[in-house]
Amino acid sequence: MRLSFILSEVRNGLRRNLNMTLAVVITVGVSLSLFGAALLVRAQVSQMKDYWYDRVEVSIFLCGPVSEAPSCSGGAVTDVQKQQILADLNSLKPLVQKVYYESKAQALQRFQQQFKGSPLAQNATVDQMPESYRVKLSDPTKFAVIASAFAGRPGIEDVQDQRQALDRLFRALGGLQALALAIAFAMLLVTVLLIANTMRVASFSRRRETSIMRLVGASNAAIRMPFVLEAAVAAFAGGVVAALGLVAVKAFLIDRTLASTFQFTTFIGWDVILWTILEVVLTGVALAVVAASVTLRRYLRV
Amino acid sequence: MIRFENVTKVHKGQQRPALRDISVDIEKGEFVFLVGASGSGKSTFLRLCLREERPTSGVIYVAGKDLTKLAGWKVPALRRQIGTVFQDFRLLPNRTVAGNVAFALEVIGKSSAEIAGVVPNVLELVGLEGKEDRYPDQLSGGEQQRVAIARAFVNRPQILLADEPTGNLDPETSIGIMKLLDRINRIGTTVVMATHDAAIVDQMRKRVIELESGRLVRDQSRGVYGSAV
Repeated sequence: MRLSFILSEVRNGLRRNLNMTLAVVITVGVSLSLFGAALLVRAQVSQMKDYWYDRVEVSIFLCGPVSEAPSCSGGAVTDVQKQQILADLNSLKPLVQKVYYESKAQALQRFQQQFKGSPLAQNATVDQMPESYRVKLSDPTKFAVIASAFAGRPGIEDVQDQRQALDRLFRALGGLQALALAIAFAMLLVTVLLIANTMRVASFSRRRETSIMRLVGASNAAIRMPFVLEAAVAAFAGGVVAALGLVAVKAFLIDRTLASTFQFTTFIGWDVILWTILEVVLTGVALAVVAASVTLRRYLRV
Repeated sequence: MIRFENVTKVHKGQQRPALRDISVDIEKGEFVFLVGASGSGKSTFLRLCLREERPTSGVIYVAGKDLTKLAGWKVPALRRQIGTVFQDFRLLPNRTVAGNVAFALEVIGKSSAEIAGVVPNVLELVGLEGKEDRYPDQLSGGEQQRVAIARAFVNRPQILLADEPTGNLDPETSIGIMKLLDRINRIGTTVVMATHDAAIVDQMRKRVIELESGRLVRDQSRGVYGSAV
């Protein structure tokens, strides 16, 4: 089978069935965009996880003058207690990677920055702020070791794991991600069905050609090839549409809007976008080829 | 060239066999008429030769191959040795005369140079020189059938199967088509032609195989259409 002949058949096929070709391109474009978006959300979440889990700490809040916890019944934490806690923390190396001490003044500064512009920040005073040790763990999942060693000790009001708060956030993001993937898979299924139907229509509208091809002894591959290539070309065009969409997401949504609004985290870079585009286009073309081949096996009886 | 040995064909979902215990031997270079009423099994006979269908029982040899044992992927190679012509011509309306003939070669991977070399020859053989660039709807029925014959013959098959090739043509045009088929037969091609056309069969005086309700009722060399008396 000569290449130029196959290609001219493909071109004719696509042109003759222009409506269906457009429908396939658009559907593939939309579903691959969604699929790509879902992949981007996943990449973003995993990047945020890396970024945040790298920064999470265990906070050991020390008793202040007004603390109400039972372990604070002896009043504010004393210097002796503080030194003992620090020594115990240091003895837990290598699990304890680093220990920072945060004074009341530093805590107030952080608080005021966090709630900048709200009346809370203006009314807060140094004495309302707790002193704390910020502990960085070499393995952030081993919070329980620290909690069991320090929680409830005299002079310690509370032991908090920032990771738990993050976990809740990431669980919510994970739900979003699953939803996006579910929608994407539904769209991919729609795409497959549409391609299958398009192939059915195309093979029916060209049954005269294909019946002649069979009679003069064209091989099965030669008969099916133009159809499969048509599906692949249409899917590739849809993939290009999706790629443009993903580039737009990165250039406009992420770089212009999100990155300037949410400065507390990093966003996925162009490398991720390029990989996702590659993944998305290959998925689209592969799905189209498989859907077309399977359909033709049924409708182009050779 | 074509040999049926005790071939029976029962179509799916039907009780009555389309062909019953047919044994026929057609030699290389023969011209054979396949006659019989509609539904007598003529088309089934031709479809079995092309391996569009498989027999329910019995063995079929075409061009030296046992079709009951032929692997599916070898079927295209078999069909390249068989040209086929139908009552309804089956031309592609969006291709010219030359384009329709070339199509048969393009889809089996012949080079453009080769195609450009053989197409004018075969068009001359069937008497269509000068009409290469016409479209099928600009041709008479007889001319369209000549295009179909050119397409069937362009690859120089050993066998030409014709299913009622004159069924849509007036008697005068039919004679022209028969002369063409006769010429192709004289080149050495085995021709099997299913037909209803008594006048043609009687005139040609070739071998006649008659089917009736799937049974072989007559196999007569130099026969006529009506049953032998």
